[in-house]
Amino acid sequence: MKLYCLSGHPTLPCNVLKFKSTTIMLDCGLDMTSTLNFLPLPLVQSPRLSNLPGWSLKDGNAFLDKELKECSGHVFVDSVPEFCLPETELIDLSTVDVILISNYHCMMALPYITEHTGFTGTVYATEPTVQIGRLLMEELVNFIERVPKAQSASLWKNKDIQRLLPSPLKDAVEVSTWRRCYTMQEVNSALSKIQLVGYSQKIELFGAVQVTPLSSGYALGSSNWIIQSHYEKVSYVSGSSLLTTHPQPMDQASLKNSDVLVLTGLTQIPTANPDGMVGEFCSNLALTVRNGGNVLVPCYPSGVIYDLLECLYQYIDSAGLSSVPLYFISPVANSSLEFSQIFAEWLCHNKQSKVYLPEPPFPHAELIQTNKLKHYPSIHGDFSNDFRQPCVVFTGHPSLRFGDVVHFMELWGKSSLNTVIFTEPDFSYLEALAPYQPLAMKCIYCPIDTRLNFIQVSKLLKEVQPLHVVCPEQYTQPPPAQSHRMDLMIDCQPPAMSYRRAEVLALPFKRRYEKIEIMPEPPPRPAQPTSGKKRKRVSDDVPDCKVLKPLLSGSIPVEQFVQTLEKHGFSDIKVEDTAKGHIVLLQEAETLIQIEEDSTHIICDNDEMLRVRLRDLVLKFLQKF
Amino acid sequence: MPEIRVTPLGAGQDVGRSCILVSIAGKNVMLDCGMHMGFNDDRRFPDFSYITQNGRLTDFLDCVIISHFHLDHCGALPYFSEMVGYDGPIYMTHPTQAICPILLEDYRKIAVDKKGEANFFTSQMIKDCMKKVVAVHLHQTVQVDDELEIKAYYAGHVLGAAMFQIKVGSESVVYTGDYNMTPDRHLGAAWIDKCRPNLLITESTYATTIRDSKRCRERDFLKKVHETVERGGKVLIPVFALGRAQELCILLETFWERMNLKVPIYFSTGLTEKANHYYKLFIPWTNQKIRKTFVQRNMFEFKHIKAFDRAFADNPGPMVVFATPGMLHAGQSLQIFRKWAGNEKNMGTVGHKILSGQRKLEMEGRQVLEVKMQVEYMSFSAHADAKGIMQLVGQAEPESVLLVHGEAKKMEFLKQKIEQELRVNCYMPANGETVTLPTSPSIPVGISLGLLKREMAQGLLPEAKKPRLLHGTLIMKDSNFRLVSSEQALKELGLAEHQLRFTCRVHLHDTRKEQETALRVYSHLKSVLKDHCVQHLPDGSVTVESVLLQAAAPSEDPGTKVLLVSWTYQDEELGSFLTSLLKKGLPQAPS
Repeated sequence: MKLYCLSGHPTLPCNVLKFKSTTIMLDCGLDMTSTLNFLPLPLVQSPRLSNLPGWSLKDGNAFLDKELKECSGHVFVDSVPEFCLPETELIDLSTVDVILISNYHCMMALPYITEHTGFTGTVYATEPTVQIGRLLMEELVNFIERVPKAQSASLWKNKDIQRLLPSPLKDAVEVSTWRRCYTMQEVNSALSKIQLVGYSQKIELFGAVQVTPLSSGYALGSSNWIIQSHYEKVSYVSGSSLLTTHPQPMDQASLKNSDVLVLTGLTQIPTANPDGMVGEFCSNLALTVRNGGNVLVPCYPSGVIYDLLECLYQYIDSAGLSSVPLYFISPVANSSLEFSQIFAEWLCHNKQSKVYLPEPPFPHAELIQTNKLKHYPSIHGDFSNDFRQPCVVFTGHPSLRFGDVVHFMELWGKSSLNTVIFTEPDFSYLEALAPYQPLAMKCIYCPIDTRLNFIQVSKLLKEVQPLHVVCPEQYTQPPPAQSHRMDLMIDCQPPAMSYRRAEVLALPFKRRYEKIEIMPEPPPRPAQPTSGKKRKRVSDDVPDCKVLKPLLSGSIPVEQFVQTLEKHGFSDIKVEDTAKGHIVLLQEAETLIQIEEDSTHIICDNDEMLRVRLRDLVLKFLQKF
Repeated sequence: MPEIRVTPLGAGQDVGRSCILVSIAGKNVMLDCGMHMGFNDDRRFPDFSYITQNGRLTDFLDCVIISHFHLDHCGALPYFSEMVGYDGPIYMTHPTQAICPILLEDYRKIAVDKKGEANFFTSQMIKDCMKKVVAVHLHQTVQVDDELEIKAYYAGHVLGAAMFQIKVGSESVVYTGDYNMTPDRHLGAAWIDKCRPNLLITESTYATTIRDSKRCRERDFLKKVHETVERGGKVLIPVFALGRAQELCILLETFWERMNLKVPIYFSTGLTEKANHYYKLFIPWTNQKIRKTFVQRNMFEFKHIKAFDRAFADNPGPMVVFATPGMLHAGQSLQIFRKWAGNEKNMGTVGHKILSGQRKLEMEGRQVLEVKMQVEYMSFSAHADAKGIMQLVGQAEPESVLLVHGEAKKMEFLKQKIEQELRVNCYMPANGETVTLPTSPSIPVGISLGLLKREMAQGLLPEAKKPRLLHGTLIMKDSNFRLVSSEQALKELGLAEHQLRFTCRVHLHDTRKEQETALRVYSHLKSVLKDHCVQHLPDGSVTVESVLLQAAAPSEDPGTKVLLVSWTYQDEELGSFLTSLLKKGLPQAPS
């Protein structure tokens, strides 16, 4: 059993597990940090961005100045942003039988895999994962397609040229495999290959393997997966949370007794406490608005935003901010808000019981009803009429490279009254801000990552006790920036096996059993050929030594044995003691029986009747196995 | 012989009071716990004393499963759990769990407040009963205990209705509850995989009907409603608050929009607005079309349909009113009916007596009501028809079918149809009658890889579904069965092997030297035992597999040689064969 590791990103995994002759892809995350190397795509023509100076080599050679632009000492690619795909060469992806998706963030590379590798299998995911995943993809495609960019830079990707570029471009990996965003058509085709599953549903794959999604507590419909045969069990843990936010709590008990536990998707900010961050978010937001400034929250259209809106719902009245408008701008804002209300069965208990009343589970329904929260597909259209300042704007994309957020960065960046608050942990906020420098607006970093931290992981591992842990190499050493923090790594026994991009791991399985079915009665023996008058040839009777006789165990008490012999008509019995046991002599029959603790030896004449009689008497004292 | 036993306490050759007991592999499951609309005495609830005369039901039942929220499937639940006494788990889907207590409370109110019944279950009992409920997701495998598992499938019929598979080891039963096999305006069609249960227990409400296409009935309904309001009449549609009501609302709403009608449509107050809310929040349980479009337009947010006020009934001009309850036997629907019945312009649906043609009705207080209004009966209730039932049986591929929730005569027809067309045994027990089905469960065991490999080394690859004989030791520990080699079993049990060995003295007439005798024995055996490993060792002895043949010390008689043949108990057949073979002597050597 092998694990092929196609992604180096620990929270956007893509692994392929070969297990009992099935090939199972675990997640297909899309590494979007590659887009940080590109210039933002402005919705409205931005003179600042279009007038950035071209970059030239130290020796003054400016042949790359069309492709590369410089901004505050950083160099950016002036082109349609591109994404870093999972490895496609390590294993023939057309042989993948099924893809298991754990949450909507970990399926963003799906169209690349299902549409361009000859994949013919099935994808399994929960209904909220598919619906919200569709929204994320729709938003992404919309963001990129509505700002058509003529330029597509490729010169810089040349290996010899890339060497000459400044960091981080110089160190970017696999740039030749970076791809542009997929189309909506590819998204629809990819999503049509998904089969919906529910938590704790047992799905049989080819009769050899059973896969089961379990609640992972991280997002609506997020799952961990159990992959098992009758005697082997792999747990795939990806993006799990033990905090009580809106999703159903994590199912830990079902992860017990795993041979191998593959652990991915831990928190990206192990030192930040999500609750504290939410508090900071609220107070910074209040401070800015009170001073007449605007607040920009770059975010995904689903997930943490529901929790933030719920916090604000409770917070704004007490903070005297009820008149400040909240705007949520995304092509899928409306869908996201509506979808969140219909997945009662996937929510935590508290929210579920609200549905039973029946009331909408999330309070943003009330924010919308009372006009405190308004949502728009984009900054164009109705929004420009309704727009009032100061305000709070939730919009994407958190990379600050595309989406309506680019416009607000350009619009509000110059004033120190305004604040941008980073809550999504996927992108380094300093890198995200780089193309907007110099910047007057305040930048607050409140990353909210509810996924497991290392303390929770070690508790979890103690609880579920897997025989082996497999994880990305990043988790087996402290973060590079905090190399003294030995607590910020996985600590387990035996030590976790680590993987990196493009590696193949042999999983340490010890198969001991296989399943068969037994029948209450033995099958009828094949009928013996009835011997006719014709004389049988000797060789017809040659016994089949494949028929196994049982093993024997026990010991023979000499006195009782002798009594039994006498009872069965043997006389003239003599017993002699030896060093290890006894010898029973049947003088009349010229037979000698050696009895020791663990063996019996019958030595007699070639008299089958006698031998069989003695054998049966001996067997009376022994157990058969 | 293991068996599955099924006893209906209700819904056996009858509609109403659904309650079916199933015993499977030592587990007892109760399917549904309904009330009977036709009775007001003891017979309205199932007779739970069948399960036990004294003592709590918890000791006799492993779990209770409720298929959907209709009262003939869950109406006896608080009586069963709180008044008779049951503390075990009660399984139902999320929407059923949400809506069931509301209908129970409604039922209680009518029984206690309106009819003044004493000794009925209380509101508190409904609450306590619902605390015992465990909600299940579709397709989730719920482990009731280590052996018993249940799984819900989508059934259509009403919001949250489910079919349930009950499984212990390799034995299983599927109970359909009520279902429909064609999607309607708000719900999808029932679906089940080819799960091949030992028994499929299916409803058979429409066992004999192949119903005309739904579109025709809808068109008919719309036409009649339209005609009535066109001529200025009022339309009363008695409905149950949840279920068909929503389907008809969607139907009228879209029709009103298309025809641009302005005639008011009202929904009688109370349950219904709330009911629509449930539909809005449980969108994933509705049909594909509604699920797809709900973001743009939630089908359960009606534009034309408004809440009804009692005073509206006296308003002049045409209107359409949905009023509860559906049987027109009490409540608002009856009140409105009284008001409107006298006018032939008006139209109403349903009502037993009215339907049977009776035009003069005696009301309370001896008042006689003359019915002049038009009365139409239209059935929109969503059950599978004969074709649908056959289709579901085909989907699940059960070994046997058992019919409930239908009339005996109709069942008889369907039973024959199923037995003839699908060649599947079909049963239709009456209430209190038990059907027993023998089963042959498989016994899964884990075979140690060592043992399996030894088997395979003998050149016999295991073949699926084909039984074969193999020797091993079965170790049973904590309901865990393992088949291991005898050696491993001895080792695991800490036992030593006892070796039993036989040595026989075989006398051969041969005047030649010992070595030559041995050589003759060797060539003889070699020629007879072609498939065995026969060896002549340097020390002069001969082996056949692990049987050892040695020449003994020279005997007194030079014409006789003594050969010692020695083997273990495990080689007995071969050893015994060799001694008898040698007894016959050696073939004459070609000299």
